[in-house]
Amino acid sequence: MNDNWQPSCNLEALQQRAAMLHDIRAYFYAQNVLEVETPILCNAIGTDPYLDFFATRMRGTQLYLQTSPEFSMKRLLAADVGSIYQITKAFRQGESGRYHNPEFTLLEWYRVGFDLFDLMDDVEQLLIPLLKKSAFLLKAKRLKYADVFEKYTGLNPLKFSEQDYRAVAERLGFHDAGKLCGSEHSLWLDFLFSQCVQKQLAKNQVCMVYHYPACLPSLARRNVENHLLVERVEIFIDGVEIANGYFELTDAIEQEERFEQEILQRMDNNSASVEKDHRLLAALKSGLADCSGIAIGLDRLLMVLAKKENINEVLAFPIRQA
Amino acid sequence: MASFSTSEFKAGMKIIMDSDPCAIIENEFVKPGKGQAFNRVKIRNLKNGRVIERTFKSGESVEAADVIDLDMQYLYNDGEFFHFMDPESFEQYQADESAVNETKLWLKDQDMCILTLWNDAPISVTPPNFVELTVTDTDPGLKGDTSGGGGKPATMETGAVVRVPLFVQIGELLKIDTRTGEYVSRAKA
Repeated sequence: MNDNWQPSCNLEALQQRAAMLHDIRAYFYAQNVLEVETPILCNAIGTDPYLDFFATRMRGTQLYLQTSPEFSMKRLLAADVGSIYQITKAFRQGESGRYHNPEFTLLEWYRVGFDLFDLMDDVEQLLIPLLKKSAFLLKAKRLKYADVFEKYTGLNPLKFSEQDYRAVAERLGFHDAGKLCGSEHSLWLDFLFSQCVQKQLAKNQVCMVYHYPACLPSLARRNVENHLLVERVEIFIDGVEIANGYFELTDAIEQEERFEQEILQRMDNNSASVEKDHRLLAALKSGLADCSGIAIGLDRLLMVLAKKENINEVLAFPIRQA
Repeated sequence: MASFSTSEFKAGMKIIMDSDPCAIIENEFVKPGKGQAFNRVKIRNLKNGRVIERTFKSGESVEAADVIDLDMQYLYNDGEFFHFMDPESFEQYQADESAVNETKLWLKDQDMCILTLWNDAPISVTPPNFVELTVTDTDPGLKGDTSGGGGKPATMETGAVVRVPLFVQIGELLKIDTRTGEYVSRAKA
């Protein structure tokens, strides 16, 4: 460990962060959305097979640093508190890089009675004052996942043919994709989207990609007209992913099934074992109103708005200096 | 056997890829929304210098390569091997033609350079950024002729051919940038 005590970002970045937090709070205050706080140190943790967490102990009890405040916030929603938002720290083990710091700031909010399209309008309105300061276009572009995936790969994301997917990856120069993704459709989608599609999304503008294939569902509900799709949206700016939102799944039985599937998948991946969050399931059973929710990684948003190349340029003390 | 997890990847790390020692140049952690994370890595094969891109699933492990860089003094070439010495321990190493490769054009007796060892055997040699070499051959060129700014070729004592200004004469000592192979200035003898 060296004795470099100085901040990693400059004063301007600290000021931009403060201004961003102010704008966000002003927006939600005007919208009458309640700011809440929930525990960072929790008894239960999400089952997401691709998230690794930090665990700690309180005397004999196992505790976790939250990977997101989602479950706690849904319990508040089930208690009928209405629309809520929170700005909090979240922690993800092993996520470190140009766009990632294992500890990061998350803005998460839920709007009661909103569907996915209302939520997209909401995001657009929230971002306007932030985008204005950085000379970005204010109007967001909205694209269906299937359309944008097909545009850049020529593949139909709802119909999987390993042979076709392999051929496209080869043609685009990703010779190791076949070995990496094998016969797993969702892995192929994640790989091709992040490598071939994402970077080509609109520059200098917010881009909302919605209606994800049903094999990438997480906590989104299925589309009523097309069961191959889920009500999920991802927000990109300059090809960088900054948010992920859903028209939330409120069915306790389906939620429990997905937890169980994910727990099995974690076992297959040799990930740390977790238990499903019984308090969340009990809350869902008691009834969760229809709502949409989304989380924005604020460090990354700041990074993109300030046109920085590395997340460390917007953090006072990134993990190596923490 | 030592190994590194993708979460430890960083520039400069030495790993084994396709049974060759490689150095990581760039590591990009890619995490699509809710899905599987990948590490997209640019690596240089330390034996042939070729740069390739590879993608790993995050969490995978790769074998570490026992590669070290040592500051060494170049001694001489016996026709088959190039000999180097650690100036502190006086331990000597011999590198073959394939390890020295193009670098031999910049190796002058007694100069310091970096010898890269894999499992204790030299695999490559990096010359200093600047070397001072004597011109052994070049066209005389006309005095005062400064036209045609392109200069002329000059052969150095090591065999390297460098473009030099027209005023440079045989026997002069020149400073050369080994990274670009370009003439920098006359050196003070």
